[in-house]
Amino acid sequence: MKRKDFLYLSGMGMGALLLPDLSAFGNPIDPLQALEGVDVKIKKELADVALNAAKSKGASYADIRIGRYLNQFVATREKRVQGVANTESYGIGVRVLANGCWGFAATNKVTKEDVAKAAEQAVAVAKANAKIQGEPVQLAPQKGFGEVSWKTPIEINAFEVPVKEKVDLLLNVNDIAMQNGASFVNSVIFAVNEQKYFASTDGSYIDQDVHRIYPSFNVTRIDRESGKFQTRSALSSPMGMGYEYMNARPEDKVQGVVTRYKGRYDMLEDAKSAALNASEKVKAKSVEPGKYDLVLDPSHLWLTIHESVGHPTELDRVLGYEANYAGTSFLTLDKWKSKKFKFGSDKVNVIADKTQVGSLGAVGYDDEGVKCKKWDIIKDGILVNYQAIRDQAHIIGLTESQGCCYSQGWDDVQFQRMPNISLQAGKEKLSVDDMIKNVEKGIYIIGNGSFSIDQQRYNFQFGGQTFYEIKNGKIVGMLNDVAYQSNTQEFWNSCSAICDQSDYRLGGSFNDGKGQPSQSSAVSHGSATTRFNGVNVINTARKI
Amino acid sequence: MAILSKEEAQAILKKVLSFSKAESCEISLNGSDGGNIRYARNAVSTAGQISVMDLAVSSTFGKKTGTATINEFDDASLQKVVKRSEELAMLAPENPEFMPLLGPQDFQESPTYNENTAAMTPDTRAEMVGKSLQVSKAANLEAAGFLENATRFDSVMNSKGLFAYNKRTNVSFSVTVRNQAGTGSGYIEQQFNDLAKMDTLALSKIAASKANGSAGAKAIEPGKYTVILEPLAASDMLGNMFRGFDARSADEGRSFMSKKGGGTRLGEQLFSENVNIYSDPMNPEVPSATWTDDGLKVKRTQWVEKGVVKNLAYSRYWAGQKGVEPVPFNRSIVMEGGTQSLEDLIKSTEKGILVTRFWYIRSVDPQTLLLTGLTRDGTFYIENGEIKFPVKNFRFNESPVIMLNNVEALGKPVRTGSGMIPPMKIRDFTFTSLSDAV
Repeated sequence: MKRKDFLYLSGMGMGALLLPDLSAFGNPIDPLQALEGVDVKIKKELADVALNAAKSKGASYADIRIGRYLNQFVATREKRVQGVANTESYGIGVRVLANGCWGFAATNKVTKEDVAKAAEQAVAVAKANAKIQGEPVQLAPQKGFGEVSWKTPIEINAFEVPVKEKVDLLLNVNDIAMQNGASFVNSVIFAVNEQKYFASTDGSYIDQDVHRIYPSFNVTRIDRESGKFQTRSALSSPMGMGYEYMNARPEDKVQGVVTRYKGRYDMLEDAKSAALNASEKVKAKSVEPGKYDLVLDPSHLWLTIHESVGHPTELDRVLGYEANYAGTSFLTLDKWKSKKFKFGSDKVNVIADKTQVGSLGAVGYDDEGVKCKKWDIIKDGILVNYQAIRDQAHIIGLTESQGCCYSQGWDDVQFQRMPNISLQAGKEKLSVDDMIKNVEKGIYIIGNGSFSIDQQRYNFQFGGQTFYEIKNGKIVGMLNDVAYQSNTQEFWNSCSAICDQSDYRLGGSFNDGKGQPSQSSAVSHGSATTRFNGVNVINTARKI
Repeated sequence: MAILSKEEAQAILKKVLSFSKAESCEISLNGSDGGNIRYARNAVSTAGQISVMDLAVSSTFGKKTGTATINEFDDASLQKVVKRSEELAMLAPENPEFMPLLGPQDFQESPTYNENTAAMTPDTRAEMVGKSLQVSKAANLEAAGFLENATRFDSVMNSKGLFAYNKRTNVSFSVTVRNQAGTGSGYIEQQFNDLAKMDTLALSKIAASKANGSAGAKAIEPGKYTVILEPLAASDMLGNMFRGFDARSADEGRSFMSKKGGGTRLGEQLFSENVNIYSDPMNPEVPSATWTDDGLKVKRTQWVEKGVVKNLAYSRYWAGQKGVEPVPFNRSIVMEGGTQSLEDLIKSTEKGILVTRFWYIRSVDPQTLLLTGLTRDGTFYIENGEIKFPVKNFRFNESPVIMLNNVEALGKPVRTGSGMIPPMKIRDFTFTSLSDAV
């Protein structure tokens, strides 16, 4: 899903969303019409036309992505349906290397003639830029896979579930929230299906069918008298799954101060908890600023992992390719080369994994034809690797890419994007209750909230959805106005305990932004509940 | 050919409308044609050329609306898209907030289009980026930047006879220049409708001089400081606030514009007396279309006058609920200032911090509009009217509402993004921690 589409729906736009506005999303389609992908034979013919056209104009390498991207949005507020849309975007993007420089062109006209023209345009762009190019691009070799395919292992295709079922679910969610004290509630289900075909001059013809789903809501509780309001958003996670994610089983529920979910999600149950939490938040005590031990739930910690581990280990940032936008990274190559840069405490083990079932980043092959894999990023607290694509592999001494290339659509050029980056669970048995028992003065944080981090990923500040005060090993009540500020390396070195695998859950970002023009990608981050000692907490209450 | 003239667009829209059988029908047709170059480490990294055109049809029966879009333009496709929208309308739930379509309106033509910008080619872009690279290479610095241009047309027509058309061009450029040691960084960004105003050489020199000037930053204690915000920094803070000028969320009690006990803060003195903000789509420096997608006229609107909130944005639906005229929001925001330059503001400052730009701004508390974020690409300590030395970047926690109550002075507004924003001197700006980031 493109970020602008998501922002439109999920930001302020969602409150004002009306059906006529949905045209912005692309072609509404009859969902059943587009469920079966375009015939692979036709795609292969088109691909060969593009690759041959590029080569004949002087490209030393070329790839084509033929993509059909389906999105479904169902959005409601209180008793009203705000929008239902099925959208489709179909087209091709050709990327070429000519005179040592990249060129890209895209068109929604999917005929042999237009595809060839796009390939020629891409070569022209590459040649124009080669005049101001420094070093030529070095592409790591990649063997061709021939004709292969991959599909997200889903049980229920979300696009085959009737819209009415989704509308009814969301209106029920809203009803339950309102019955339990919410003043307003917005709820939404997003479903994504990327049908993408990749072919390159290396001899790969890869057909993939990728599915993702994201149910979410936001509950607002207003106290007119005091003029105060509080919100609590869903503890769901976007997943690389089908509609089966919406059918929670008892084993998917993690009991505790509030029910959290792993594997599958109970939206109705969470809506009730959210409404109750929002009312509680209105009356909660304002936090006393100072140092606290933090106990971070996976529904919260995923975002801290994303921002402070995922982004700084992106090799394009390390090298300076993102300097003008997302920024660079404090994890410079010398730190990696030293083999002793202490990123975190010995307990911190982080892996990159593009193969994890149910995760947002799982695919068979990346968008430049590299088979997906799994590797260590932080091992026993030491920085050991980055995330790289074909034209960067040689820089960190690799002979092949790590398969991190992605583009949000056929009309955007592919580049390095974050694979799933996850903190490994503790090796020794440890439950959340046992972790909390040992905390004298702490805060237990559930759900992700406000987030901000500097352009080299040193200094960050995170909020959350709900905050519970821990005193002498016990949860004593809810807190408000909490945000913690820290430095990435200091923070991860203060990691003192991680719960075991039984508490491991995935969270994730449905719309991570990077690049110019900005592109969105979806990525998961797993962890178990983790403790960090002596972190600086500020009070965010103000008067205007 | 993705850019249609007014007459060409009108002809297609009329044809599409002739296929409609709905009670009301609204069609939009838009297209864009453009390209970009992205560069980093003093070399081009990616570049592209993209051309698209889309048609969207919204058909309504009663309060049931269906929308369909297409990007093929033969008669059969046009008939198909109309029919599909009508079928979707039959299936759609009733929208209680549906508003009847507006009839013909008389829209002014805004000066949004420039021939030279529209004529840009891959070679023009390469040449412009080449100038930027020349600066960084000559100074032994490293540049990463992005240049993008696009020509776009937008048009709408409905079954009540409304027709609107706008054609616009845009060229945008940004560059981050860093020193080889990674201890200094400078940045500049600019966008215009008119290519002639864009000087990538001069802009890159500013970023380069900040890269050198910001090297070797000293750490000073976080706390409350008088700050001079360059227009870019000021605009970063204010963008978040402008989005809150929405009547509905204020009425609903969930915005900083909500009043204790109910209602909005319209008419209240919310900011310092020297704060005046309006938007005007006809402003030649920041032109924009004079109509909204649902056919509302966009006119000059005073949002804040002498610190008093004069207008909030009302959608047609919400205006109907509240018995007021609809007020569309507009991106051509102008915050008025004085005649002083940035240098004048620095000269008049005894002790303070000069901020080039902010980064990663996120809402912390929507109730007070408290924002957090960091300074980036050139933060300097000012003493006795002079820049003394570069300082390490700070994290701030500050509300733009509080900030605009602490305005000491405003300079001359300049184009920043899609608006005109002055450099400003603000007292008691809250920095809460230090960052090691350069």
